[in-house]
Amino acid sequence: MKKYDTPLIDELEKGPWPSFVTEMKKAGKNNEMANDAVGHLEKCYQTKVGYWKHGGIVGVLGYGGGVIGRYSELGDEFPGVAHCHTVRINQTSGFFYTSSALREICDIWDKYGSGLTNMHGSTGDLVLLGTKTDALETIFAEYSSRGWDLGSSGSALRTPNCCVGPGRCEWTNYDTLDLNYALTQEFQDEIHRPMFSYKFKIKMSGCACDCVASIARADMSIIGTWKGHIEINQDEVKNYAKNGMDIKAEIVDMCPTQCISYEGEEFKINNAECSRCMHCITRMTKALKPAGERGATICIGSKAPIVVGSLLSWVIVPFIKVEPPYTELKDLIRKIWEWWDDNAKPRERIGEVIEMKGMRSFLEGIGQSPIPQQIKEPRKDPFMFYTEDDMAAFKAKEAEEKKTGKYKF
Amino acid sequence: MALPQRKTDIGPPHYKQFLPPVIQKNYGKWKYHEVLSHGVMVHVGESGDKLWTVRVASPRLLSTATIREHCDVAEKFCGGFFRYTTRNNVEFLVSDEKQLEPLKKDLTARGFKMGGIGAAITNVVHTQGWVHCHSACTDASGLVKSMMDELMEYFESKTLPNKVRLAVACCVNMCGAVHCSDIAVVAVHTKVPHVKHELFKNMCELPTVIGSCPTRAISPDPANKSVKINAEKCMYCGNCFTVCPPISIKDPERDGVAILVGGKINSLRSNPKFSKLVIPYISNEPPRWPKAVAAIKHIVEVYAANARKHERVGEWIERIGWERFFSLTGIDFTFQCIDDFTFMRDTMRTSSTFKW
Repeated sequence: MKKYDTPLIDELEKGPWPSFVTEMKKAGKNNEMANDAVGHLEKCYQTKVGYWKHGGIVGVLGYGGGVIGRYSELGDEFPGVAHCHTVRINQTSGFFYTSSALREICDIWDKYGSGLTNMHGSTGDLVLLGTKTDALETIFAEYSSRGWDLGSSGSALRTPNCCVGPGRCEWTNYDTLDLNYALTQEFQDEIHRPMFSYKFKIKMSGCACDCVASIARADMSIIGTWKGHIEINQDEVKNYAKNGMDIKAEIVDMCPTQCISYEGEEFKINNAECSRCMHCITRMTKALKPAGERGATICIGSKAPIVVGSLLSWVIVPFIKVEPPYTELKDLIRKIWEWWDDNAKPRERIGEVIEMKGMRSFLEGIGQSPIPQQIKEPRKDPFMFYTEDDMAAFKAKEAEEKKTGKYKF
Repeated sequence: MALPQRKTDIGPPHYKQFLPPVIQKNYGKWKYHEVLSHGVMVHVGESGDKLWTVRVASPRLLSTATIREHCDVAEKFCGGFFRYTTRNNVEFLVSDEKQLEPLKKDLTARGFKMGGIGAAITNVVHTQGWVHCHSACTDASGLVKSMMDELMEYFESKTLPNKVRLAVACCVNMCGAVHCSDIAVVAVHTKVPHVKHELFKNMCELPTVIGSCPTRAISPDPANKSVKINAEKCMYCGNCFTVCPPISIKDPERDGVAILVGGKINSLRSNPKFSKLVIPYISNEPPRWPKAVAAIKHIVEVYAANARKHERVGEWIERIGWERFFSLTGIDFTFQCIDDFTFMRDTMRTSSTFKW
């Protein structure tokens, strides 16, 4: 194998943080593709420019996604990375693994790929970096016969992803791991065969801490919440105070709705005014916990800045029960896709389409009523649409007022 | 040797088979957890069972050799069970307290770094960069390595007012959406792309290319059977390049990074926020990006010295005001910090109640 002189990237093997260059060299010891990737990267560092080319169409028979084609402009100089495609393997819910399962993944990848991985990619997939076109069918046969399927790429439902949920968290309001598995199984076709205008991401977080950043990077964000109160263990509150927590400064004063009081050693919450932001619960986890009806808030539309600026997801359904077999949620997802299909231009994310067509059009399209929880504030302008139905409803209300002699706003 | 029979649309393996027995038993019945150190936390079930988590840094780009080493450790101390986190840490899960100290000792001996839990800097969300991406204008992995070498003390122990989430995107496409981070590095092009007209007609679709431009800077160029770009409107986003390879935007002299601060994704105390631009341009300086690293460290240190306990970077800045953020950090305020894109009207000041 060719030995590359790599003075620049060698610098990145120094220092305490684990080094990706060391990882590339480890894989490059007995793998030509990884070895050439090391030389290729050194060249980028010398010239301050990247040399990877657009993908083109590569994949496995019957699927439209799951493999991302990647070629180098410098194939003659670094033949090992002339093709260097990415294989996305659908990860497990919550990224839990056993060593035997991962050893099997590694064995297959060493045999047919570069020996390099991302654990994990940003969407969630277990990302295997670098293989050649003619190895793809073999890789797929090896993985799928052992129970592993490809993830997603292109204009498809991207591999759904979730937080650790009930596996290891006391704050989760629904079973994120199970919902993630159920939705992934339900929408296999939409995951593997790109059929949308652009990508669609679903991310599931069990509470407002949002450990998978669903509010910022999922076209559909499913964030756990509850409708009841916060249960208080007064003895544990006292223990926190005894152990040095300044409850007034750290909890009462930092409550965004000012619904907590702590006088005479009794910790009180005005639950009606609580917005369930989770601050007090995360600081006093032994003393406080959510109680009552559990479920999730459904938000829609977040994305990174390309093309017309970044979006955070907007609340569309303030509360939904999240219980198997998740029929209501699956129906809602299908309705959302149908509206998006009807209204989007190519490469338009759903948030962008909602901005263009208006939230009213979207909410009507999916059969959701207006409710104050959907907005931060009402509009500032008087430029509204009035439909014939709207006017008929206003007139009917006025007719009723005349009859009863009582105003109804 | 014959290949095994391929299967399609089976989805991932069921997660239950990968949960250690203590999780199977206490599934959905966790009572509370405590952070014991910056690398160790314990979750306590209603049953009284305990699960210790030891978190270890990873460079995200992992060789199968290192994954096998994770497997060795998990088999030795954790019954073979472990997990990865959304920020690319590795977590070893221990249900027998007697295994905890030997595990930590073993991890240290192998050179693994424990940390990243609680009011700390944990692993950095980032993109592929020069390692594997076609549109990268910097190397994300190299920047992360350089930053974290400098910030190691905040991963391993040093206490901050709250967690600080760092992120690196190797172009404005921001795969992995780093746009809501406490401090984000975003690589930027700064020059109008060059169109290779002779390749255009064979590789690109004219309406798609024109439609890809958010500022309508692209128009047809019939004489060349290609497109032309209006330099006054182009903001170098690179979206045209993504749909049409002959539009070349890479420039080794001019590509660099911008720094944005004050974003968050959780709803604790205040609502999720986007990160905002404070440093518009720093040159690419491989292999160590000294100026970008110094800027990040400086912002972390000013935050650590000035924020109140539990305040995230964005909450601290909102309390003191952006004019004070610039005076405290000494960062130059430039024209790029004033929005001239879609959201300008929401970002200008409409009162005289500012600070000097």
